[in-house]
Amino acid sequence: MPRVTLTVNGKQHTVEVEGRTLLVEVLREKLALTGTHVGCDTSQCGACVVHIDGISVKSCTQLALQADGANILTIEGVAAADGTLHPMQEMFREHHALQCGFCTPGMVMTAIDLVESHPAGLSEKEIREGLEGNLCRCTGYHNIVKAIAAAHPLMHATAAE
Amino acid sequence: MGFEGIGASVRRKEDVRFLSGKGNYTDDIDRPGQLYAYIKRADRPHAKIGGIDTAAASAAPGVVRVFTGADMAAENIGGIPCGWQLHNQDGSPMAEPPHPALAVGKVRHVGDPVAVVIAATKQQAKDAAELLAIDYTDLPAVANLKDAVAAGAAEVHDGVAGNICYDWAIGDKAVVDGVFAGAKHVVKLDLVNNRLIPNAMEPRVAIGDYDTSSGDFTLYTTSQNPHVIRLLMGAFVLHIPENKLRVVAPDVGGGFGSKIYHYAEEAIVTWAAGKVRRPVKWTAERSESFMSDAHGRDHVSTAEMALDAEGHFLGLRIVTLANMGAYLSTFAPAVPTYLYATLLAGVYKTPVIYCNVKAVFTNTVPVDAYRGAGRPEATYLLERLIDVIAHDTGLDKIELRRKNFIPADAFPYQTPVALEYDSGDYQTTLKVGLKNAGWDGFEARRTEARSRGKLRGIGISTYVEACGIAPSAVVGSLGARAGLYEVAEIRVHPTGSVTVFTGTHSHGQGHETTLAQLVVSQLGVPFDQVEVVHGDTAKIPFGMGTYGSRSLAVGGSAMVKAMDKVIAKGKKIAAHLMEAAVEDIEFKDNVFTVAGTDKSKTLTDISLAAYVPHNYPIEELEPGLDETAFYDPKNFTFPGGCHIAEVEIDPETGVVEMVNFTAVDDVGRVINPMIVEGQVQGGVAQGIGQALMENCNYDQSGQLLSGSFMDYTMPRANDIPNMSVATENTMCTHNPLGSKGCGEVGAIGSPPAVINAVVDALKDYGVRHLDMPATGAKLWSIIQAATPRMAAE
Ligand code: FES
Ligand code: FES
Repeated sequence: MPRVTLTVNGKQHTVEVEGRTLLVEVLREKLALTGTHVGCDTSQCGACVVHIDGISVKSCTQLALQADGANILTIEGVAAADGTLHPMQEMFREHHALQCGFCTPGMVMTAIDLVESHPAGLSEKEIREGLEGNLCRCTGYHNIVKAIAAAHPLMHATAAE
Repeated sequence: MGFEGIGASVRRKEDVRFLSGKGNYTDDIDRPGQLYAYIKRADRPHAKIGGIDTAAASAAPGVVRVFTGADMAAENIGGIPCGWQLHNQDGSPMAEPPHPALAVGKVRHVGDPVAVVIAATKQQAKDAAELLAIDYTDLPAVANLKDAVAAGAAEVHDGVAGNICYDWAIGDKAVVDGVFAGAKHVVKLDLVNNRLIPNAMEPRVAIGDYDTSSGDFTLYTTSQNPHVIRLLMGAFVLHIPENKLRVVAPDVGGGFGSKIYHYAEEAIVTWAAGKVRRPVKWTAERSESFMSDAHGRDHVSTAEMALDAEGHFLGLRIVTLANMGAYLSTFAPAVPTYLYATLLAGVYKTPVIYCNVKAVFTNTVPVDAYRGAGRPEATYLLERLIDVIAHDTGLDKIELRRKNFIPADAFPYQTPVALEYDSGDYQTTLKVGLKNAGWDGFEARRTEARSRGKLRGIGISTYVEACGIAPSAVVGSLGARAGLYEVAEIRVHPTGSVTVFTGTHSHGQGHETTLAQLVVSQLGVPFDQVEVVHGDTAKIPFGMGTYGSRSLAVGGSAMVKAMDKVIAKGKKIAAHLMEAAVEDIEFKDNVFTVAGTDKSKTLTDISLAAYVPHNYPIEELEPGLDETAFYDPKNFTFPGGCHIAEVEIDPETGVVEMVNFTAVDDVGRVINPMIVEGQVQGGVAQGIGQALMENCNYDQSGQLLSGSFMDYTMPRANDIPNMSVATENTMCTHNPLGSKGCGEVGAIGSPPAVINAVVDALKDYGVRHLDMPATGAKLWSIIQAATPRMAAE
């Protein structure tokens, strides 16, 4: 079986995969990083979003082989090493942007990329459009949009420090 | 640290784990030596199974066993039971055809489980399932209500004539017909409540585990009610005594009703684990969710209202066909009857009501409760009918509602359809709703929209629902095969911290937070010293789970009772320690005091004494401070309120934009306002989804057309507006908290408000009614058809 080497949340792993193995399967099943979820089989829900080399990607849409050599960040690697939550995680909690929590890892990963790639600011409409690829059945999105808007200044303030 | 008791928007305890990827959902669990199940499902709606050749699949790489319905039948495995028995108008019981876990002889809907392949990996199981040779002979199928009840229709079950599961009625038809005969106006409306697919974001998962040393079975499952599953599966399907069966429902990723029911896959993996002596795991792919999770709604109704000259409602007459799908799911028979027809009085004084419901089998996925369950169907029917009455008679739609409201001083109010409402104030929720929505300024907004080429409309619904399910004796007399009490155990530990064991189940509702807030308020224990345990039959007492907005109203009430017992026992211990009379002991904010003195003991002093009973009234009192209470509600609770939707339609495309949504709900006592708002927002989004986008489609032959997120339109962030959500509460009068429940109100009140707004926006196009969902394509066609006529006028 072919092998791939991935750096996930700062740690390097080499794993054997089949040609058809998806990146999300490697994360969940081989590396026991079960924070990344699978909510569909058609690349529609975004529960599986991770960052590959800094960009948000649906990990159910990538073969593990395609990610060989990549630097991957999953929800487990978002908080600081001492457990301090990332401002996006903090704002999700503050604004009650999660209920069952199943969509949440993908939402947070998408949201972080969205905010990072829009340093000048994000309108409500841009946030809603930016969440195009992520489904949430619980919250009605209202509080997710609020949380992302609230995280924007915090993240860019942190970045500017 | 601020106030963390009742009424505070405490941030949720569960969030840190969910936000950092540390949730423990069923699919995150792997058992040592685990095998994987793949379920082969019918790819056709109705067929005879001549035989299943399993040889090639059994020989495929990694395959351990293949089982079919015949294997389960050979061991006398029972069918999937139904939890509610309805009776026909003539008193005979409903048709209750068998529902084998794996099909025996016939398949009856696309997705019906036919065989299970158990293999070392998921992929091997799936690959091998491709090698199963199933000899099908196709049979004619009925894919929708109208076809199923047509003369000469194909029969889903042998011996169920005309596909009628039951023919049920409430009310006195002769009396209602008499009222109609003498009425000034009669307004009639035919309407459809569209079929929905719940689509909790977490697909269902089941892991069966068999302990070869003890002979115990464990089922890990995505369930809203683990004890109900243990009872149904253990007693009726697998014949495993409850002491040998544990059911664990850990973190569950949304339910909305769809994870109440006992599903075939749970029985299959548990049984198979016993056969292969290894854990067996099944994880639904989303496509399987679409064709195996119970669907919701799916009614076709005719509604008629009789009115006097001033617009007072005199009588309501309704005929409804309700789709059951191919088999009876756990609560299916109750949904279009006791959760629907009993709500048809709504918030109005309508003196007489008659409703006939025929439940119908079709070659489709079973239909059961989905958020609101029956109550959204009743509310949609009534609130659309009232707008149509206003349309047909020229009466004002707000005035019409106002003059027919049950007044605030009329409670308790006995409706003509069995329920007794305990409290409510519909004029107030309406008044606040109109104000918050800026109803009076709407025409200016409509004019402004017109200047941009947009059609703007506003719509309202005023509703009541019944939840806090439910008084056991009442539901028992109505056919429930279960009691619907709730249970809580309050364990005060020696050092004064508390663990709550609740029979309710959280799958997004935030019980770990709100139930802890109850303990903060009642016992004065700090929030971070309270832990809430749920979802494991090995840990919690026998509880009924979470649905019907019951966790707080019923489960919270059980907690209050148990905490009262803790306080009562604590007082006895305190009296002993402080050498005072029990009657003189007062308890407040974690402290027992002797009235009128400065003598006091903290709850921790008392709990320590209870577990280290050296100086203790051991003759009269058992050691320990651990109390359990069961609470059976005296009545349903009746949340209600007013929802107002504002939409804009682009006449060029027909596309609807939700521009404003206002909800003012009466949910009784609120424990955590932040969580209540979130529940309402989520429910409203599902209601908007039903009204504008979502629709489960079968083609004429019974193939599921909307079988993925590419075909079934889920609301996305851009489809839902910012919402104004508020509460105007009256207290529930019969439970100790005064809480009514808030889980379903959003999905109940919103769909008619949205459709009323769409119809209002199209008022110049001669639209009296249109069925959900109001998609762009549908509205574009309506606008196109009306435009030449309008131009000619
Ligand atoms: S799992 Fe749904 S998009 Fe990846
Ligand atoms: S929080 Fe449950 S799906 Fe988003």
